Amino acid sequence: MTSLPRAITLAPQSQPRAPAVSRRGARRRARREKATAWAFIAPSVLVILGLGIVPVVWSLLLSFRADDLVTPGRWVGLDNYRALAQDPNFHTAVGNTLLYSALFVPLSLLGGLALALALNRRIRFIGLYRTLLFIPFVVSAAAQGVLFSFILDPEFGAANSLLHKFGISPQGFLTDPDQAMYLLVLISLWSGVGFCVVVYLAALQDVPRELVEAARIDGAGRWRVLRHITLPALTPVTVFLLLWQLITALQVFDLVYVTTKGGPLGSTTVIVYFVWQQAFQMFTAGYGAAAAYVLALALLVAGVALRVVRRRQGRVVEGALR
Amino acid sequence: MSTRTMSNRTMGALKVSARGASWRRVSPWHLLLAPLALAFALPLVWLLLSSVMTNAEINRFPPALWPDGIDLGGYRYVLGNAMFPRWFANSLIVASVAVVSNLLLGSLGGYAFARMRFAGSRVLLGLMLATMVIPFQLTMIPTFLVMKWLGLIDTLGALIVPSLVTPFAVFLFRQFFLTLPREIEEAAWIDGCSRLRVLFSIVMPLARPALATVAVLTFLTTWNDLSWPLIAINHDTQYTLQLGLTTFQGQHHARWSAVMAGNVITVLPVLVAFLLAQKTFVQSLTSSGLKG
Repeated sequence: MTSLPRAITLAPQSQPRAPAVSRRGARRRARREKATAWAFIAPSVLVILGLGIVPVVWSLLLSFRADDLVTPGRWVGLDNYRALAQDPNFHTAVGNTLLYSALFVPLSLLGGLALALALNRRIRFIGLYRTLLFIPFVVSAAAQGVLFSFILDPEFGAANSLLHKFGISPQGFLTDPDQAMYLLVLISLWSGVGFCVVVYLAALQDVPRELVEAARIDGAGRWRVLRHITLPALTPVTVFLLLWQLITALQVFDLVYVTTKGGPLGSTTVIVYFVWQQAFQMFTAGYGAAAAYVLALALLVAGVALRVVRRRQGRVVEGALR
Repeated sequence: MSTRTMSNRTMGALKVSARGASWRRVSPWHLLLAPLALAFALPLVWLLLSSVMTNAEINRFPPALWPDGIDLGGYRYVLGNAMFPRWFANSLIVASVAVVSNLLLGSLGGYAFARMRFAGSRVLLGLMLATMVIPFQLTMIPTFLVMKWLGLIDTLGALIVPSLVTPFAVFLFRQFFLTLPREIEEAAWIDGCSRLRVLFSIVMPLARPALATVAVLTFLTTWNDLSWPLIAINHDTQYTLQLGLTTFQGQHHARWSAVMAGNVITVLPVLVAFLLAQKTFVQSLTSSGLKG
């Protein structure tokens, strides 16, 4: 910034005959430009890489150690991973996370697509309908959790009160190990489907009109237009949503913490909850870090697999549009 | 799709008035959409209703589904006896600092990546983008250790520092700046303005959509976060609303109306912000989503 005045004196000359600027001046300017650029990105680099890349490496190192975050730890090699392989609680957590993801991801995508198709029309109140379907998305997981703990409270909740009116016996809901996980999926769908709807609705506006009209002229019905034109055109968005919802699902934590704390009987202990418990409740941070790494690896594999699929499907879409 | 069929069939009517055509007859889709929309709204309606019920209404069996009158006891309890005002202020501080700092640092970084040439810029940008997909649980333990080392644990600083600038903000600004024509800046640049002045007096006023998107999404994520405050904060004077609400619920199982009043206070700012800026909001989500 100290060389600011020089730029002012240089500028009028450089405007009429740019090539006349000396090479030294240009070099100086390039150097100053570099310094400015670094000054601009320094805070971002520090925060993002310092609290992004560094912890990833640190976590890996931690996973080879026995560490309670307070006293100095010691190196234990692969012991944490070996212990994880035999830990029934970890197996349960992996199973629960997979069950949650296997339900939440496809249902939110299918539901989102169906709702987007239904909402993709110009009728009265359509803006209101869209707003109402989307609004739960902005409600925090903590607020959702507190709200549904109340609604689903076996004694005081509205849900049992409603069931009572229809003569159905009271349910345990989130206190019932057979129901808790499915209810968490339902709550997540209530709040999460709106995101898919919004993204699909935006994508539907980009479906090539000429194609749809041409198919209709050729005598294609609604279903065939949907199957052969709309869905293929939506494929890139679907792949994005699949990846996004999968990442979200594999990381579910807040809702579990607020509603069930992993219970009843461990039926809703998901991986992130397990990691959090190990690191900040049991003070076995190294063990928790190892568990986190196992999940990260699963995410990585899912990401790479999806990328491969995306590339292949990209070709299919191009073929369909040709 | 059927809008298309309709538009074909009623082409004449559409030419006269696009609105009139759809308003004249009631679409059968209402039969599906209205109940659905209502079902989605119902839990939130119930949240509002129960926050103005008395505990007696809630505690009888079967519990009341509609309040006899509006009782503000829950709100009085939450605002008087509990620390909700304090938590509200904490959340507001954290979210506002995060928003301002993301706008500032994100635009600086985004501008440098979009317009300036320097060694290693591609690698750095790639690394930053890569951090977007790093799951939180992988970074949470070391981030806790870093914050402890900085002496920030149990202060709002521990919540602010990690959210000072996100890769998303940097990337979004970069993408937006790339769409602006260079010529506007070049004139000012030749007149001798520094990069900083060009950015703030010429580029930023044009970047309103990007600023809105970053502000909205930063506010939403910081305001709604529970897991990081849960790890970084122990003392209840430093709680955010999400953390406060969660602990409050755990301690006041018998006072559901107060818990729901607290819940309304937690949700309301985001709902109001959403309703005021719905268009920006939805656009930000789809733009961030479709570009991903």
